Amino acid sequence: MAKEPLMDFDEAIERFEVVIGLEVHVELNTKSKMFCGCANVFGNEPNTNVCPICLGLPGALPAVNKKAVESSIAIGLALGCEIAPNGRFARKNYFYPDLAKNFQTSQYDEPIAFEGKLDVEISDGQVFEVLIERAHMEEDAGKLTHVGGATGRIQGAEYSLVDFNRAGVPLVEIVTKPVFGAGANAPELAAAYVRNIRDIVKAMDVSDAKMERGNVRCDANVSLRPKGQEKLGTRTETKNVNSIRSVENAVRYEIQRQAHILAGGGSITQETRHWHEDRGYTSAGRPKSDADDYRYFPEPDLVPVQPANIWIEEIRESLPENPQQRRKRLANDWGFSELEFRDVVNGDLLDLVEATVAAGTSPQAARKWWTGELSRQANAMELSTSELAITPDQVATIQKLIDAGDLTDRMAREVVAGVIAGEGTPEQVIEKRGLKVVTDEGALIAAIDEALKQQPDVLEKIREGKVQAAGAVIGAVMKAMGGQVDAARVRELILERAGS
Amino acid sequence: MSELITKSASELAQLIESKEISSVEATEAFFDRSESLNHLTLSYLHLNRETALASAKAADSDLTAGKRHSALHGVPIAVKDNLTTTDAPTTAGSKILEGWVPQYDSTVVKRIRAAGLPILGKTNMDEFAMGSSTEYSAYGPSRNPWDLDRIPGGSGGGSSSAVSGHLAPLAVGSDTGGSIRFPAAVTGSVGAKPTYGTVSRYGLIALASSLDQVGPVTNTVLDAALLQDVIAGYDPHDSTSLTESLGSMADAVKTADFKGLKVGVVKQLSSDGFQAGVKKCFDDTIAKLTAEGVEVVEVDCPSFEYSVAAYYLILPAEASSNLARFDSVRFGLRVAPEGNPTIERVMAATREAGFGPEVKRRIILGTYALSSGYYDAYYGSAQKVRTLIQQDLEKAFSQVDVLLTPTAPTTAFKIGEKVNDPLAMYLNDIATIPANLAGIPGMSVPNGLAEEDGLPSGVQILAPAREDARMYQVASLIEALYVAQWGAPLIAQAPGLEANRG
Amino acid sequence: MSEITPDLVRHLASLSRILVTEDEVEKLAGELGVIVDSVATVNKAVSGDVVPTSHPIPMSNVFREDEVAPSLTQEQALSGAADSAEGRFKVAAILDED
Repeated sequence: MAKEPLMDFDEAIERFEVVIGLEVHVELNTKSKMFCGCANVFGNEPNTNVCPICLGLPGALPAVNKKAVESSIAIGLALGCEIAPNGRFARKNYFYPDLAKNFQTSQYDEPIAFEGKLDVEISDGQVFEVLIERAHMEEDAGKLTHVGGATGRIQGAEYSLVDFNRAGVPLVEIVTKPVFGAGANAPELAAAYVRNIRDIVKAMDVSDAKMERGNVRCDANVSLRPKGQEKLGTRTETKNVNSIRSVENAVRYEIQRQAHILAGGGSITQETRHWHEDRGYTSAGRPKSDADDYRYFPEPDLVPVQPANIWIEEIRESLPENPQQRRKRLANDWGFSELEFRDVVNGDLLDLVEATVAAGTSPQAARKWWTGELSRQANAMELSTSELAITPDQVATIQKLIDAGDLTDRMAREVVAGVIAGEGTPEQVIEKRGLKVVTDEGALIAAIDEALKQQPDVLEKIREGKVQAAGAVIGAVMKAMGGQVDAARVRELILERAGS
Repeated sequence: MSELITKSASELAQLIESKEISSVEATEAFFDRSESLNHLTLSYLHLNRETALASAKAADSDLTAGKRHSALHGVPIAVKDNLTTTDAPTTAGSKILEGWVPQYDSTVVKRIRAAGLPILGKTNMDEFAMGSSTEYSAYGPSRNPWDLDRIPGGSGGGSSSAVSGHLAPLAVGSDTGGSIRFPAAVTGSVGAKPTYGTVSRYGLIALASSLDQVGPVTNTVLDAALLQDVIAGYDPHDSTSLTESLGSMADAVKTADFKGLKVGVVKQLSSDGFQAGVKKCFDDTIAKLTAEGVEVVEVDCPSFEYSVAAYYLILPAEASSNLARFDSVRFGLRVAPEGNPTIERVMAATREAGFGPEVKRRIILGTYALSSGYYDAYYGSAQKVRTLIQQDLEKAFSQVDVLLTPTAPTTAFKIGEKVNDPLAMYLNDIATIPANLAGIPGMSVPNGLAEEDGLPSGVQILAPAREDARMYQVASLIEALYVAQWGAPLIAQAPGLEANRG
Repeated sequence: MSEITPDLVRHLASLSRILVTEDEVEKLAGELGVIVDSVATVNKAVSGDVVPTSHPIPMSNVFREDEVAPSLTQEQALSGAADSAEGRFKVAAILDED
């Protein structure tokens, strides 16, 4: 499967109008599953968190998890939705080996929340109002592993193995209305929207919200239409978009791919596509036909959900500060410039910076670390900053040592590298590598003396006003001291000597 | 044969309580009889002496220790094979579940065990309860003890033939459109379908979730009442389970009284078009009641005309979804075609081999009724008919206390007579279906032998939702009238299995 | 006259994962045609403003507290499986991506 021909992005935007739609699945962090009491945990031995209900054994019946309903309502409220006075579950019927009952208990035309909106800000400060069609409750399927093929993917596999631990885990599916007018900003807007959803559900503590763990999943719908045409173009749905970055990249790719096809007089196949982050392209999956007849009907084993107004208001009261309000507050408290703050937000660093400040670092220092050295490290290792093996507490510790003069900036960067490499805590790395600013100036003075002896004309030059001459000596001294001195202090001492 | 086998469950319970007999004796008597005569009726699919007697022993020792767990403590019982049991296979009459031993007991079976009733075995049924004659069982048809060439009704023909043939003093069955009541009528026994939600469906292999209900299969109304008292009750595992108790049916039966009773006869089920002898028995029931001073009026339920049609849309639709889980992956039959089949082909081949023709018919019909473009016309419309039926019944019950109908349009027909004519088979349930659609309780008690063939007929009592007690009361009154006439329950007139060939 | 054509039967059989032979397709088309014709009367029974009933006994808000209950062991879970490996249910290769 190869990358398909693409039109230049700017040209695509020039010629076509982009319409996007996003479906985000949020995995709730309830203790038990949606319809049974099995534990909702990650990482256990296969098929050990299962029971007759989530295994779909004959005779088993579902029972609705109240906390899941509460979390769903909370999500709906956070997205400005109306909460349905009368919602029902529905069966979505299709056959697949990871679907224990060969139907998914979901919601169809009576979702728990509907008609909401979310303001999404992108990096240049524009704010888009994304309309939310609905948010509904459903259950997750089991996990399939494909064995015997070359890539561990379905194609070419000899057989598959199914683990139902994940089957029945509660999900909330959030569906936007088609988003018009994003133009060139569509890819970024899509990513920002998903980031917002993630931040919201994390702040509400209804989900662990780790995209890399699959707690938040995005399916991106993209269609193009010629400028001025009212009829919507054919859309594709791209799945397997596993990170914020992937959302942006996948949407961008689809725009370019579809534009090329349309410009050549071809037509877009309505289908599900699969995003490959490693290679940077989407590949065709099954044709997505409306002959995918799910035969929805109201779930007869469950009764309607009619949340009392009192309950809804209780939930509304208990909602934490929403991320946009939080951002305003932090921006205010930290006093960053608009650009500086946006850098933090766009780099997904708000939580990390906040935690580092909470651990005692000044906001500017925290910002510099995370947007600077740590982002660099993360990019080099192809990780997200949150995946780096260093914590805000550790960063704060290191900064404290710098402030106290116990570490130079350069040393600090070494400590950071050591911690990330898994050598231990900052203290351990300092110990192991012997990174300590030498405070005993005796050795330092001796080293300076030695270096000056080797370069006798330096002092003369300094006295003449060529202060830069000190540089050669500093270098020699640093080398002699194994770098464990503060270069600024060395310079100070040299100048002192020159003055004496 | 032991004289115990013709005793009613309540009689046996009293004998066991007073220690005149032990549960082991009673269980052995029925077990021996079942073992030796099952080949005649094919009532049972699974019989296990060890487990039955072990439970009986435990019931006896509990009693000795002063612990009597229920009013039926120690009385052996048969269980329809669509209720899960951890100590016996549960096949739902299908090859696709041949030999499947569940990892959990259904709530009903849990209650039965906790009440101290030893389970004799699992009874035969139409595959997945789809049928009214038990001819669609993948393991062979059950036979009517009154005439072994005839059907014992379905889908619970195993239970009805066991009880009417005295292979078990009582049984528990399920009723989706008449699967308890129709067999009761054609075997001269008693069968009740409680109000929807009264008895837990957790562990009942689902046919049509909004229609299924578990209920008693017995030879007397008191026995049915006692059994309903054991199995009924709120179950948090079943989200459609009624939270309020309906009280004790057995207690209600004791205070039954004709005074002030007003009975309705449904115009649309007036028994014109029913077998002549069945009609005559029904008219006789009405005459008896009138003689007791009961007021009888005709009520009009026009929507009943569409009840069979609605039923045969709703049931297949829900069943097509409920039966999707039988796919070879986690349990049950797996058939792998030759070559390197994909899982889709394995599923299709498994279901082809594991499901019988009636099941396939209904799954495909149900898939159609739910499919895009057809939902509104079929499933959607059928659900609206349900509303109309409920409205008609509400109106009727505002005029009368209970409704009476003949339970079945005919007596027991011959095995093979209707098996190739699905539509004819569906019409067996014409009188019983409305109760399932509306969720109201219904039960059948014997009301005589049809003139032309000497085979049993039954009368059905319908009551408003949650008024099961009222239904049992009227049923016991009617039963008493007939017992007074015959000197004994109708079942005493059965020819007896020993008299039959084999 | 019925709308149940052999093609439709094949499509429905495929949707419900039941293998049908050509003979069966013909037979089913006939049988189902007769049945559908008779049940189609429900259409006539109802007008637009009747609310459909999906639950015979009205109830609402039946919930379970978010508490963990014991699960089956892996052995119990796999006990009914025709084939298993590495603690998982084993199935033949899947045709479709999704």
